[in-house]
Amino acid sequence: MSQTRKQLLTDPLVDNNPITLQVLGICSALAVTSSLNVAFVMSLAVIAVCGFSSLFISFLRHYIPNSIRIIVQMVIIASLVILVDQIIKAYAYEISKTLSVFVGLIITNCIVMGRAEAFAMKNKPFESFVDGVGNGLGYSLLLMSVGVIRELFGSGSLFGIMIFEPVSNGGWYVPNGLLLLPPSAFFIIGFIIWGVRTWKKSQVEAREYKIQTLEEH
Amino acid sequence: MEGLISLAVKAIFVENLALSFFLGMCTFIAVSKKISTAIGLGISVMIVQSITVPANNIILSYLLKPGALAWAGFPDIDLTFLGLISYIGVIAALVQILEMILDKYFPPLYNALGIFLPLITVNCAILGGSLFMVERDYNFAEATTYGLASGFGWALAIATMAGVREKLKYSDIPDGLQGLGITFITAGLMAMAFMCFSGVKL
Repeated sequence: MSQTRKQLLTDPLVDNNPITLQVLGICSALAVTSSLNVAFVMSLAVIAVCGFSSLFISFLRHYIPNSIRIIVQMVIIASLVILVDQIIKAYAYEISKTLSVFVGLIITNCIVMGRAEAFAMKNKPFESFVDGVGNGLGYSLLLMSVGVIRELFGSGSLFGIMIFEPVSNGGWYVPNGLLLLPPSAFFIIGFIIWGVRTWKKSQVEAREYKIQTLEEH
Repeated sequence: MEGLISLAVKAIFVENLALSFFLGMCTFIAVSKKISTAIGLGISVMIVQSITVPANNIILSYLLKPGALAWAGFPDIDLTFLGLISYIGVIAALVQILEMILDKYFPPLYNALGIFLPLITVNCAILGGSLFMVERDYNFAEATTYGLASGFGWALAIATMAGVREKLKYSDIPDGLQGLGITFITAGLMAMAFMCFSGVKL
């Protein structure tokens, strides 16, 4: 039993990552990754919401009528997000300003809904909680990797601590401004997907059209 | 009026919901394989967006804002913390109503757009539009313009993306990049192109 629980937790990290394989929850992921502090708070928020929403939905799974389950799930998720939002506003006000609307958007984050619908409605509370946290971690892993690349090369620091001294401060590093702009996040995720799929061949998508080569004729 | 036009241009091009705030990315990537479906979804988003943003604006200014309940005799109540749950409730309800109205009175339109409507409730672009409206403190006229323009911007982005992807499937792409990977990189290039509009001032 503990083996399967461990799998529930570690599977979503690489093998079944919600972002690179299932294409879920990219929406809010990219805009908050230009600095690591913000990405970190966002990750914690998603892990908390994803874990607890799965837990509560799983507790209620026998009492939720099938026809209105989406609304019930939505209400549970929205209440949790309000809670997280208020906590962030109370203890990390500066970061909550940078996150702006993206904490609220966890409600519509497909990972949370997806896990509720696909796993928590059918499984026991503890397993669902582990599954929710695992998927939250998979999301965080990608968020943090993108955050590290963008902050390190975009402004030469990590968590706001200077690593490469930029030229403007008399150092040697010329920051790459592109990495602080939105498009860079698309490129980085694209390349991460490329990397993951070169490593795990089974995730490669089939071609719709094959290019004919001369040898085949 | 000039203010509204400039707001609209800004919402369509410079602050495009899909390409500069990454909202509605899940559907943006998943449903952009064919131009016709992409346009269908784009139009649905535009319609829903231009109804929900003004509706949420009314909810905000008459029910939730500090002092908004003065008309009911409670001038000291501040219900802004209920914002998120009310907006998503309004969106879910409106999408449901829209679906029923279309089904009853405009069956051809329902057949064309029907499959997309349930998807739209969980589309971040819709909730995001309402949240930006709250954050930027738009009045009713601005909210209506913003809803329409941001929906149009999203529709434009997904239609263009579908156009690019229809051609892209014939190209020789490395195995690992096939599908999702190259789509992200294409979206990145499009986002860069849209950033060129940021110099436009009206």
